[in-house]
Amino acid sequence: MGRKLDPLRKVARGPGRKAKKQQGAETELKKILVEDIDAKRLSSRGRKRAAKRRLVEEKPSAGKPIPKQNGKVQAAATGKKPIRGFSDDNSVWLKPVKRARTEQETASKEVEEESEEEEEQSEEEGDKGQSEEEDAGALSMSESDDLQDDFGGSSDEEDDEEAEEGEELLPIEKESAKLKQKKLKKKLDGEKTQDSEESGIQLNVDSDELFQLPSAEDLEKELSTGPDLSTVQERIKDVVGVLKDFSQRGGASSRQEYLGVLHKDLATYYSYGDFMIQTLSDLFPVSELVDFLESCEVHRPVTVRTNTLKTRRRDLAQALINRGVNLDPLGKWSKTGLVIYDSSVPIGATPEYLAGHYMLQGASSLLPVIALAPQENERLLDMCCAPGGKTSYMAQLMKNTGIIVANDMNAERLHSVVGNLHRLGVTNCIICNYDGRKIPKVLGGFDRVLLDAPCSGTGVISKDPSVKTNKTLQDIQRCAHIQKELILSAIDSLDAQSPTGGFLLYCTCSITVEENECVVDYALKKRNVKLVPTGLDFGKEGFVRFKERRFHQSLRLCRRFYPHTHNMDGFFIAKLRKFSNSIPAAPAGQETENPDPAQPNEQKEGGAASTTKGAQTNTPKRDPSKSPKQGPSKSPKKGPSKSPKQGPSKSPKKGPSKSPKQGPSKSPKKGPKKTFGKIKSKTAKGVQSKTKKSFKRKSK
Amino acid sequence: MRPLTEEETKSMFEKLSKYIGENIKLLVDRPDGTYCFRLHNDRVYYVSEKILKLATNIAREKLISLGTCFGKFTKTQKFRLHVTALDYLAPYAKYKVWVKPGAEQSFLYGNHVLKSGLGRITENTAQYQGVVVYSMADVPVGFGVAAKSTQECRKLDPMAIVVFHQADIGEYIRHEESLT
Repeated sequence: MGRKLDPLRKVARGPGRKAKKQQGAETELKKILVEDIDAKRLSSRGRKRAAKRRLVEEKPSAGKPIPKQNGKVQAAATGKKPIRGFSDDNSVWLKPVKRARTEQETASKEVEEESEEEEEQSEEEGDKGQSEEEDAGALSMSESDDLQDDFGGSSDEEDDEEAEEGEELLPIEKESAKLKQKKLKKKLDGEKTQDSEESGIQLNVDSDELFQLPSAEDLEKELSTGPDLSTVQERIKDVVGVLKDFSQRGGASSRQEYLGVLHKDLATYYSYGDFMIQTLSDLFPVSELVDFLESCEVHRPVTVRTNTLKTRRRDLAQALINRGVNLDPLGKWSKTGLVIYDSSVPIGATPEYLAGHYMLQGASSLLPVIALAPQENERLLDMCCAPGGKTSYMAQLMKNTGIIVANDMNAERLHSVVGNLHRLGVTNCIICNYDGRKIPKVLGGFDRVLLDAPCSGTGVISKDPSVKTNKTLQDIQRCAHIQKELILSAIDSLDAQSPTGGFLLYCTCSITVEENECVVDYALKKRNVKLVPTGLDFGKEGFVRFKERRFHQSLRLCRRFYPHTHNMDGFFIAKLRKFSNSIPAAPAGQETENPDPAQPNEQKEGGAASTTKGAQTNTPKRDPSKSPKQGPSKSPKKGPSKSPKQGPSKSPKKGPSKSPKQGPSKSPKKGPKKTFGKIKSKTAKGVQSKTKKSFKRKSK
Repeated sequence: MRPLTEEETKSMFEKLSKYIGENIKLLVDRPDGTYCFRLHNDRVYYVSEKILKLATNIAREKLISLGTCFGKFTKTQKFRLHVTALDYLAPYAKYKVWVKPGAEQSFLYGNHVLKSGLGRITENTAQYQGVVVYSMADVPVGFGVAAKSTQECRKLDPMAIVVFHQADIGEYIRHEESLT
């Protein structure tokens, strides 16, 4: 294969025709390159020096023809091709050939000729270059030295030296030198002034730090003219800055004045009502408050929850991506959530949605169900279920086993519950339309209860901006009152003896303390429940003390979620457990109060003192004010007095108050015999530990 | 809430058998517990006995729904299947129709399935046989009645109706109020 080596065949050695040509080109290139280097060397200063050189030359040999050199130097300096024509003495009469001939030739020929001419030219240039070099050599050795130095890089000192050689300079050059010096001076001056300017800025900052509060008149004026949002924003920033570092920058005005101005500004800038601003500012430190308000202006990302009864998240994600939806998994804590960034189709009407493969649901409303952690074959109650998102999530976690009672007070909203549950293929649900406060009379013995209480919605301002101005203290109190009733009835419908639980999950989409910590604290006082960890590893702890209120220490176990820290709607979650042992006694005692929910509320709210059962466990540690009273009364109770007290209280109360249908038959029978021993021991323990705590607290 | 009467049971089972034939047996005798049909507010609910027992505690006017709603009896005592029954029809369906992606949307808006949108159809489907409609991704999207037998479908013109629409999952949005 391939060519055989033929000894007879001689291969031409050495450079071929093309090679030769290339060599020629090389030599020519070299010339050009040399020129280039020259061009490089002769920078602006080089030019000057060349001019100087010229002068020096001129003086001794005035007879030498200047134009020639001039042309050369210029050409070299600008790096352009030299002027056409002949540069030697004959240039006067000799003319380039081209000009004479071009017009007569055809276009095509012209091209060829031009190239030829260029060759000629380059040859000429080569000659010139050589001659130039020779000339330069002839001129003076010192100058050439200079040139070489220049090549390495000019220094200012040289320039100065040159400037000193004033006698040798032309007037123009002198002026240029002057100019240069001026510039230099200016530069130095400028630096100085800049410095001073900077210091001036520094000064300005200093003066800004002493931020002046607008006077009352200013504010009035602003009100009459209508506030300028940009100035308001500016002022918010300033005031927040001052408040952050008040001890340093406080100035003459008091903190209260600053806060007053800030609240007013925030209210105008974000268009809140005064009450809401006040409530929110009680919850957050100043800087966080601004963050919160800012994040309430932005919508939270759309999230969906995969319905694992019908599909898997991976399949769903693929199907949605194929529809042009841009999505991502929600977070480490959720195995079913997806965040939708953008979508080319309405996400609430895709065939996948209609087929029940997913549910549109905020990230924050996944949390309570995760925290509730329903188990298979349990009996669950969702007290306020509309529109059925959490309910269906519960069914999904239970894999459609067990029973879920989904209740909502509003019959209108139940339509969507029915639709959603059927669409998602949930079959273990009973949907009913009771008032949540009456549920314990109808149904009871639930293993877990989810109470997503109706609330003022201060956590979801981004969804419903009307909250900003609509809500008043009364609204919040009204909500809180309903919530207290609901949480009690939720606890009453729990079965504490359930082998898997007896858990209540209380959540609201509000962030006010009145609707959250207060309600839970109230439940702790009124019923035999305790707080347990939610099982969520993020979120902020609940408040233990808030303004004048002091709550039970275990309220730390609650979780709060904020839009600005967790990028989900504002949310509150508390997980409570009904003590298993105290069922016979405690609920019996509570049952007496059960009627309350239906009745007017004052009894309940005011009646904290009347809680007999509360005394045995929770109240002492929580209420410092009460502890003196109860502390002593309790400690004797601990051992002997407890059982007698519980015994009687339970039996008479339970009979009448509880509805005949459900639990009662079992609890009175079972309760006393079986659990009594346990109760004693456990409650005793509980009381002991608690009393210890309370004593500690007292001592503090 | 009460059990169905003889007549009601008959008319409902007749309707169901159009879609799932003798597979009705599987609905009634389930290995995972007893399930029964109950009538509440003219609607028929298919529900496990366990749930049923708990639901008996709830007052009639307060009970909205339980288990799965299969359909309702009209004023003339005819039984009408709702789309909510699809979850039970689809797994047991004897005759199926698959619609092409383009026609899927049209079907979800309540239109009949045309020949042009017909992807596949079960062999030997008789005329006026109840069929469950699937998307090409095998997701059940509704049910209807075959307008033509499989044989006739082959030589239909593209705009002819193949399946009469009865219910589709678009109703979850369109008729949310009337589902209960």
